[in-house]
Amino acid sequence: MNESLFINIIIGISIASTPLIFAAIGELLVERSGVLNLGVEGMMIVGALLGFIVQFHTGNPFLAVVAALLGGMAISSIFAFLTQFLLTNQVATGLALTLFGLGFSAFAGRGYTEETIVLIKAVDIPVLSDIPFIGPLLFSMNPLVYLAFLMVYLVWWFLFRTKQGLILRSIGDNHDAAHAIGHNVVRYRFMAILFGGAMAGVGGAFLSLVQVPIWGEDMTAGRGWIALGLVVFASWQPFRIILGAILFGGITVLQLHAQGFDIRISAQYLSMLPYLATIIILVSLRIRLKNKTNRTVPNCLGRIFHSTS
Amino acid sequence: MIKLIPRVENSKAMILLSPLLALTLTALSALIIFIFILDDIKVSSVFFTLFVLPLTDSYLFPELLVKAAPLMIIGLGLSIGFRAGIWNIGAEGQYVIGGIAGGAVGLYFYNVEGFWLLPLMALAAIIGGMLYASIAAFLKIRYQVNEILVTLMLTYVAVLFLSAMLQGPLRNPAGFNFPESRIFHDSAMLPIIWGGTRLHVGFIIAIIISFVAWFGIKKHMFGMQIKISGSAPRAAKFAGFNDNKTVLYSLLISGGLAGLAGFFEASGPAGQLTPGLPQFYGFTAIIVAFLARLHPIGILFSSLLIALSYVGGEEVQIEYNLPSSITQIFQGMLLFYFLACDILIKYKVVLNKTKN
Repeated sequence: MNESLFINIIIGISIASTPLIFAAIGELLVERSGVLNLGVEGMMIVGALLGFIVQFHTGNPFLAVVAALLGGMAISSIFAFLTQFLLTNQVATGLALTLFGLGFSAFAGRGYTEETIVLIKAVDIPVLSDIPFIGPLLFSMNPLVYLAFLMVYLVWWFLFRTKQGLILRSIGDNHDAAHAIGHNVVRYRFMAILFGGAMAGVGGAFLSLVQVPIWGEDMTAGRGWIALGLVVFASWQPFRIILGAILFGGITVLQLHAQGFDIRISAQYLSMLPYLATIIILVSLRIRLKNKTNRTVPNCLGRIFHSTS
Repeated sequence: MIKLIPRVENSKAMILLSPLLALTLTALSALIIFIFILDDIKVSSVFFTLFVLPLTDSYLFPELLVKAAPLMIIGLGLSIGFRAGIWNIGAEGQYVIGGIAGGAVGLYFYNVEGFWLLPLMALAAIIGGMLYASIAAFLKIRYQVNEILVTLMLTYVAVLFLSAMLQGPLRNPAGFNFPESRIFHDSAMLPIIWGGTRLHVGFIIAIIISFVAWFGIKKHMFGMQIKISGSAPRAAKFAGFNDNKTVLYSLLISGGLAGLAGFFEASGPAGQLTPGLPQFYGFTAIIVAFLARLHPIGILFSSLLIALSYVGGEEVQIEYNLPSSITQIFQGMLLFYFLACDILIKYKVVLNKTKN
């Protein structure tokens, strides 16, 4: 294999896996706090739309990403309000959020389906990117790719190296006990949900700002759900999200290259690969764990908390 | 400060009132949205077209019933699983596979007349949907893999499979390479029960299934089992109910019914297999099931309500050039409000001044 093809494949993988890293690391923090938000797909598509609209009108990628972040946060606040204050069922509310997000973005984005924007370009880091081979591989990526890796590190640092992170995890494992010793369960969870929304929004925006310069109402194509699968695959450990996302990125790139090479399989069967891979990976995880219960699952995941005192 | 105080007993009045409150809030939100987005069209006439016309218009009303049938059938199947805490979110995939299976049988016997053809197609669709859902059941029972993710992933796979079939074996040989099947011949089409409309026998079957499900849940042991598995899993275990059986049966039932709905769509309004077969019914049926609080007779009504929003949404699209995605927004909002209003059943909302 020649060098530039190899570099292209690596870049392709990073581009394909970054939206998943964003969405999954956000959801990981949410689930660590004991909340299951199935609205990732809906929050991503809203982020994809808002990022696109702002980029289209202002041409300022920074504003576009911020808009996507705020949009994801705003729509996740509906979920946060309903589940934390009105104590609704998290599965049902999350599904409603996905359905609402898909409908909302199809509606709000109807004037943009034929527009194109300027993509956010990769940036060459001075000096370092001139290093042969390693330079283009590590120091000429899209800025958002670096941000995704940074977020994974920050979430890990927050969860395992700060007091607030410890409190958040304890809330996820036993909200009654955490409440009893004086922690504000609802506030922590509310914040976590907003963070999850922000990350899903940015992940969605990556699709419309980096992957393709267009907007389409079905452009997330299940990536929000794959991100949910990644959190399970990662056993709620931040760094494993990267591993899982790279696996999916690899499969996506493989599928695209196979379509290019005119292999005698129809495109539809190749397009099934990422979805089938999600299932296979979840199964293989269970086989690896044998029949042991997964001890990293937050104990209170999906359970409703209501303090009587 | 607003406080929530748990009620000793669920409020009976609120069980009936909260859906009405949710409906009112949705209508109000719709009104506000319309006032914002409509400039020169009268809000009242859009409202009328959206919510009233489908009930009074002689063309739109049967269309409403046509749309209600698949929602009812899928919603019923899903409600059984949801009661047991089995979340089959990918009914859309089972619906597509059912449509393909039923349609393929019809196309295999192309131009063969016979009263047996429709039942055979229905059977193929049910088995197709069941087998597809059983993948999720198997993986959950054998490997404890989450059924939400598996059924969803398989939905994307099913839609791609439909597309592959329509470009391959099921493509109309005389169709200029369009990704569509042949139009089914008469024996493979569902009988129309209301002359001059598209209302087919599937609607009656949907109602029959509603009542069967109602009696089933009330009288049959399995109904008891799924109810308890959902509300008190530990108690269910002590009673000797088998978790795995609950998982398997509820996925088989919901998959089979979704498959049947797919066949009804293909052999009813569509009359052929096209890439347009998936109509989001599988997802909308989740809303239908929740709005009915998973009760079979409630589903009869909620499916009609959601079908109303579909038909009304299409009509405002045609008449006022409004996007049909507005329907989806209303449906999502309705579910939000409904879930939120349900708190009034279990909790009393009181305003109290903070005093210590």
